[in-house]
Amino acid sequence: MDSTERYLVGVYDDDEEVLHAVTEVKSNGVKIEEVYTPFPIHGLDVAIGHPRTRIPIAAFLFGCLGLVCIFSLINYTMVFDWPMIIGGKDFFALPDWIPVSFEGTVLFTAFGMVGTFLVSNSLWPGKQPRTFDLRSTDDKFIMAINMSNNKKSEAEIESILRASGAVEVNVKQF
Amino acid sequence: MSHVVSPIRETLVSGGKSYHDVTNDVCKQVEGEPTKEWKIAFGVSCLVFAYGAYCLGYTWWQGIGVWGLNKTVGWAWDITNFVWWVGIGHAGTLISAVLLLFRQKWRTSINRSAEAMTIFAVLCAASFILAHMGRPWLFHWALPLPNTFGSLWVNFNSPLVWDVFAISTYLSVSLVFWYMGLVPDLATIRDRAQTKASKFWYGAFSLGWTGSAKTWARYEYVSLILAGISTPLVLSVHTIVSMDFATSVIPGWHTTIFPPYFVAGAIFSGFAMVQSLLLITRVVFKLEDYITIEHIEMMNIIITVTGSIVGIAYLTEFFIAWYSGVEYESYCFINRATGPYWWAYWMMMTCNVISPQLFWFKKIRQSILVSFILSVIVNVGMWFERFVIIVSSLHRDYIPSSWAMFSPTMYDIGDYIFSFGLFFTLFFLFAKFLPVINMFEVKSVMKGVSTNYPYKKKSSGEKSKETVH
Repeated sequence: MDSTERYLVGVYDDDEEVLHAVTEVKSNGVKIEEVYTPFPIHGLDVAIGHPRTRIPIAAFLFGCLGLVCIFSLINYTMVFDWPMIIGGKDFFALPDWIPVSFEGTVLFTAFGMVGTFLVSNSLWPGKQPRTFDLRSTDDKFIMAINMSNNKKSEAEIESILRASGAVEVNVKQF
Repeated sequence: MSHVVSPIRETLVSGGKSYHDVTNDVCKQVEGEPTKEWKIAFGVSCLVFAYGAYCLGYTWWQGIGVWGLNKTVGWAWDITNFVWWVGIGHAGTLISAVLLLFRQKWRTSINRSAEAMTIFAVLCAASFILAHMGRPWLFHWALPLPNTFGSLWVNFNSPLVWDVFAISTYLSVSLVFWYMGLVPDLATIRDRAQTKASKFWYGAFSLGWTGSAKTWARYEYVSLILAGISTPLVLSVHTIVSMDFATSVIPGWHTTIFPPYFVAGAIFSGFAMVQSLLLITRVVFKLEDYITIEHIEMMNIIITVTGSIVGIAYLTEFFIAWYSGVEYESYCFINRATGPYWWAYWMMMTCNVISPQLFWFKKIRQSILVSFILSVIVNVGMWFERFVIIVSSLHRDYIPSSWAMFSPTMYDIGDYIFSFGLFFTLFFLFAKFLPVINMFEVKSVMKGVSTNYPYKKKSSGEKSKETVH
């Protein structure tokens, strides 16, 4: 890997504009590495060509895991380890176990999913982000183009970016 | 991005704000020196907190014998306050989760502070749970942990154990939901930070967020699923709280209407509390352009709807007490309305059933002063509701020789004051150090609801045709 990576950074003013610009820039044969926006723009990930996220699958699996864990715990404690005679009723008191099983499922789903989210985006406390433009968390929409992935010259790409509506085009090296 | 400009909706963001204005307006109070108003308010809540902490400390030290409880009335202010605070907490989740599922754009300006309120309210509720245990340092006995008694486990058939799981799950999931919502906004503050300290702290807590399209796409799913699981969670929490009562054999508690009635009451009081806090916050932090009359009106409508549901529940309860033919049940309800605690019952009826009906008038619904007063009245009423349910059902025991009244001691009152001190201290800290308005969500809905964006669209005609969601 190169020690320095060179990026062209297109700055856009408007969310709808950047969404159209992504399609336009891509159709001109430029590979977009990533787009940074202050708020979510529906369809932007699809336009860039990111694969669909599998977070919901992870959430579902964590939910299943939670249900199995908590239910096994209840079953073990209430039926096998220390069964209590309560009015001669069944030790396996399924309806009574629904609330806690539900809470356990929700707990595992939430924490498992958020944990997966943080790991898959490699977000952790104190991480230093690679920021292309500080305004991308404020009001600007930033398109980052990795020059090593593109064969076109910088001037060419810059003109494509400008034609697609970029108000600024900057160079950024890491 | 899809923007449908509805002609019947009023604007949710006024003053012709741009995206940058949103950032500036919200970050202003985080970045600037604390105002004099904030310092006074924070100082007062710290004093209240300190007095309350003394009372609570004394309660923990001496035991709950310092409360006014007696052999007949074994639950009073402690559980009243617990249920009251948990109920208040529900509005935050409702605003952020249920309104997200229903795609209600007006939630975006108020969800952050409502969620913060949820967390603080549940903490206040937890303080009463711990205190009423008598020996709070043994609270872990309520958890299924291996121990040297056998292992003797908790009883999973008991609603009190369900409650432990419900409240702790609710608190931790709400905390995660709130924090995940904060991360992008913390990154905004980090990227604007001038001082070393704020660069460090906001940098640490924003987890290295950059706002890349890939992250946002995942983030949206995470929010949606968190909302999807929080919605049944919040309903389950107050359902389970109501089952603490409903599964008992006490006349006045043993009613099947409790779960829906408690949930409606919780939303009712929670929205009232959000309303009270927002009306203060919007003035103190000058956020009138984001928390508009439209927001206040929407909240008042929900207060009226849930207040009416609660009213119907009161009447149904009364009717069923008579219709069931159970003498104990009928007596309990007649005693509630006409017995020694009649004043609490009619306080509840007036505050919860009658007063929100004033919101049928548009003028009243849109009046800031009246909204504030009524939101406080509703919460007074909801406190009395829980007091009526708990104390008036207990105080006339089965044998007349056991009949008793409850009178609070200074520690009953002081522990309640503690919860206010805790709540407001945390809320003021939140309002100073964290963005009180969810900036990225407001920005994401601004087109279509802002006085600026629907008219000043720069894009060409063909682009603006693609406005279907």
